[in-house]
Amino acid sequence: MQETKKNLGKYVKTIIKYLVLTIISLIIVITLPVIFVVQKIGRLMNKSFMTFKNYKRTNFVLDFVVYEWLGPFEKAQNHRVFVYFLFPSLGAFLLFVITPFVQGVYLSFTDWDGLNTGRESFVGLDNYRVIFSETRFLFSFWRTIVYSILNILVINVVAFAMALLVTQNLKGKNVYRAGFFMPNLIGGLVLGYIWQFIYNKAITSLGGVFATSILIGGQSALYGLLIVVTWQYAGYIMMIYIAAIQNIPQDLVEAATIDGANALQRLKTITFPLVAQAFTVAMFLTLVTSFKQFDTVVSLTQGGPSLVLPEWFGSLLGLENLPVVQSTNLVAINIYNTAFSSYELGIGQSKAIVFFAFLLIISLIQVYFNKKKEVEL
Amino acid sequence: MQKRRFGLILLELFAILLLALFLFPFLMVVMNAAKPQAEIILTPLSLPQNWINLWHNIIEILTRRNIDYFKSFFNSVVITTSSLLAIGVFSAMAAWVLVRTKTKYSFWIFMLFLAGMVIPFQVVMLPLVRLLQLLYNATGIPFKDTYYGVVLAYIGFGAPLSIFLFHGFIKSIPTDIEEAAIIDGCTKAQVFFKIVLPILKPIFVTLLVLNGMWIWNDYLLPVLVIGLGGSTKTLPLAVANLAGFYDKQWGLILTSVLMAALPVLILFFFAQKHIIKGMTSGAIK
Repeated sequence: MQETKKNLGKYVKTIIKYLVLTIISLIIVITLPVIFVVQKIGRLMNKSFMTFKNYKRTNFVLDFVVYEWLGPFEKAQNHRVFVYFLFPSLGAFLLFVITPFVQGVYLSFTDWDGLNTGRESFVGLDNYRVIFSETRFLFSFWRTIVYSILNILVINVVAFAMALLVTQNLKGKNVYRAGFFMPNLIGGLVLGYIWQFIYNKAITSLGGVFATSILIGGQSALYGLLIVVTWQYAGYIMMIYIAAIQNIPQDLVEAATIDGANALQRLKTITFPLVAQAFTVAMFLTLVTSFKQFDTVVSLTQGGPSLVLPEWFGSLLGLENLPVVQSTNLVAINIYNTAFSSYELGIGQSKAIVFFAFLLIISLIQVYFNKKKEVEL
Repeated sequence: MQKRRFGLILLELFAILLLALFLFPFLMVVMNAAKPQAEIILTPLSLPQNWINLWHNIIEILTRRNIDYFKSFFNSVVITTSSLLAIGVFSAMAAWVLVRTKTKYSFWIFMLFLAGMVIPFQVVMLPLVRLLQLLYNATGIPFKDTYYGVVLAYIGFGAPLSIFLFHGFIKSIPTDIEEAAIIDGCTKAQVFFKIVLPILKPIFVTLLVLNGMWIWNDYLLPVLVIGLGGSTKTLPLAVANLAGFYDKQWGLILTSVLMAALPVLILFFFAQKHIIKGMTSGAIK
């Protein structure tokens, strides 16, 4: 009995000691920049100010402060460098990414309705209930999925074909590479204006079948966007494939040629398996960028044009009257408009959280399945 | 052999055709930037009658109040270069101590940064705008529409990827050099700035390109933190501002597009190799 009581006392003492030291560490970490400045100024007047050169052991708190943090010892020096070096990037990251993220999760459960009012109150899962019964949002999610699948397929096929083309023994292959890559240098917003002009003014001036712009039709507007994004992004993805194709050992290809494999067989049995890793990367990149598509849509279509909700989608939701929805209103646009046009920031934020969760799951699944197909060389 | 050469010629022709298709939009921009409004409506596909119009349009863009070309260009340059330098140096510092300090803290901090990579901007943007306002209310320091506000935000959002890439690179550097420097009397900070940072040059260039393309062309973060009419507005904001005001004034819009794209295109012609290498090698890792 006596023994356990003594042990317990020891544990409590250790825990308290540990807690005190942790709190002191935290305080020092936070005030380290201040301490640093004080030290520097102090040393101008007195050379040995706060150097702790002749420090004698007193109590455990002061010992800790000197030996672990402020003294001229290697351990303390390492600790200080660790904090100083991490401070700028970790500080900015915590302040501008993690804090808003955590706040955002909370705000998605509130009726937040004005950017800076600070009067929001907790409403539980109401926002999520609202967004899952909002036809426009569900349709916009569906459009994003359709768009992303098409985008991933088209961009990767085009990019891979272009990569095969410019790794042939062509005369101007460097010129082609640079040319195909060039659209990627220009921002999505600026590109959108260029193509809005081409679709609405240049092509329509041809007349005949081209008289109506591709951006006016409810279905075709999405294909219009697809063409723009392919034009922008294919060159970039092509570069990734080129790097992978050039890494294929040339003797493998030669051996296959001698064995009588034709171009198609070589493509299937050598090129495809060996660039599988590049497929993973390229598909991940295209997936993420098509889900987050924002700039180009803003300047190309502003989310429009309107179209009547497809009948099958309406019947899926059990709707009698089919509402009017927007054709290229992708999730990123939808979130932005919910927040800044209708000022339903709480609802916008919960849409963003759903979007985040969905994107996370999809990209994990994609990477998992692609990784399984990769071949180690 | 004959058949093979014939095939190559066909491929070459096909590639040239494809290249023409890819460059066609650029041609459209240049051609129509050199036309007055009436000519664009009538003949958008033909060559301009008089190239001097391009000059008139450029002058018009340079002097327009709502696009403020020189100011916007200057803002873009200031924001991009200072963000790039800050992200590069600070991330390298953070990555170095995270690699070289083998404690559970450094592991979890690194994991936190990695987690930051999967957070899309859309999830943070609304609370971020609110937070900036709250910070202003609390401290009186304006973060919106200031250079340092935007740069700080870019450090926060650029840090995860940059630290990840630096982390991978630093892990492959042997510690011998650093230990030797310590023995020779360097402090830890000197070791980093005099020895490690120069070694990091290749990955530093990669990150300059990768982050540079992102920041220069970014629209969503500036539109939230600066605002379309802000005094530190960047080039994409200026173009959007002009296009929103003078709807369908295509001659001017295309001229501004041309002038916004030109600096990057010129840079690309000079540093083509670095840019392509930077953008692709950054992605693969």
